Amino acid sequence: MTSPTRNSGPAAGDVLVLVGTMKGAFIFSSDKSRRKWKVDGPHFPGEAVYSIAYDSRGGRTRTLVGAHSNHWGSTIRLSDDFGRSWTGPERQAVRFPEGSGLSLAQVWQITPGRADEPDVVWCGVEPAALFESRDAGESWAPVKGLLEHEHRPKWMPGGGGLCLHTIVSDPKDRQRMAIAISTAGFYRTDDGGKSWRARNNGVRAVFLPNKYPEFGQCVHKVVNHPSRPERLFLQNHWGLYRSDDWGESWQDIANGVPSDFGFAMQMHPHDPDTVYIVPIQSDEFRVVPDGKLRVYRTRDAGKSWQPLASGLPQQQAFENVLRDGLTADSHDPAGIYFGTRGGKLFGSADEGESWQELADALPPICCVKAAVVS
Amino acid sequence: MSISVIVPNALTPYTRGVGTLVVNEPCATVGDALAAVATRLPALTDRVLTEQGDLRRHVNVFLGDESIRFLDGLETAVDEGATITIVPAVSGG
Repeated sequence: MTSPTRNSGPAAGDVLVLVGTMKGAFIFSSDKSRRKWKVDGPHFPGEAVYSIAYDSRGGRTRTLVGAHSNHWGSTIRLSDDFGRSWTGPERQAVRFPEGSGLSLAQVWQITPGRADEPDVVWCGVEPAALFESRDAGESWAPVKGLLEHEHRPKWMPGGGGLCLHTIVSDPKDRQRMAIAISTAGFYRTDDGGKSWRARNNGVRAVFLPNKYPEFGQCVHKVVNHPSRPERLFLQNHWGLYRSDDWGESWQDIANGVPSDFGFAMQMHPHDPDTVYIVPIQSDEFRVVPDGKLRVYRTRDAGKSWQPLASGLPQQQAFENVLRDGLTADSHDPAGIYFGTRGGKLFGSADEGESWQELADALPPICCVKAAVVS
Repeated sequence: MSISVIVPNALTPYTRGVGTLVVNEPCATVGDALAAVATRLPALTDRVLTEQGDLRRHVNVFLGDESIRFLDGLETAVDEGATITIVPAVSGG
């Protein structure tokens, strides 16, 4: 299935599956058939990689990695040759302003910006803040409207810390984007980041006396499709929701799932009605229900969900998939991939109908991102 | 004034391979000595201190044989000939 190799560089149309683990990053690559995989790594051995991204805009072939040394802190490292070499500022480029009282703990998300802004990259960090790069990830500046938000003193850290882990944008409107923070909830800006308003109407916070507060929800992941950006899907800390109005209101869509607790959520690359999740038993027992590793898919925007389990372990599978552990490539049919806390990596070349184990003993997997080399 | 700063192997990529740095600038405290190092080797100091100037949680700095956490932290006074040692804490999983 997989063979270790020094990365000789993928060709156009090849698929990259970038895997961040608690002990480094791995780069899986395959041709479009996605049957045989090469693996390269670990990169940054010993460092936790909670965020990884591939940016092909502007003719680049850039991989960005948020690497965290338990001792020496976090940095964003860059490679323009598929991991053969890494550059990266010797200085810590993501820095909170002097006097803010905040220090970077972890880079939780790296998201290339809109297609028509090829040098813009966003990153979400812990403690919760959004940073913007205007030079493709070389240097970063905090988005002050969120950094100085009036709610900040009341935001509470979740189990993973107070992290900004999700960034969604509107490809048609440069002024509009949104983020999610655990535990603060979903916030949207309509003025390019100057101001942000909590938009959690209808999203439950089971762990608070007021179950439907303005903010304070533990949102785990939000996704949208570029062809229909106003439609959002949200995996909550208990709760599965959809919004059709950019988060103004949210409706429960947990129709037929074994649990509405979970972390990971992935949009289909071509169909705005198709979304993938991995339900988890509960917040106290964070493994897949019934010992069966199943991805669930909706093809009707949440009206119904179906399990996808062919090729996945269905006995004694006490696995968890973290919030960025599920991803898709952009081929048609789409490839779907996910990694578990148990270090298993699975891939599907047929949109989840059948699965192949790509790796079975990686370090605990934090994030998985897929890309097609152009 | 001459103060030695011993750097762990993991950080020598940021010191051009040098394991022991010598600070000749006037320094009253451990923090002053690290600040003097930062003017020459800012990438090294980034790994030891946060952007707010605090000692990273899993980094220990010793003055002689004593951790500065049990002294006055970065405000710990230093004398001529002092040896400061930067050590990764025993941590991880």
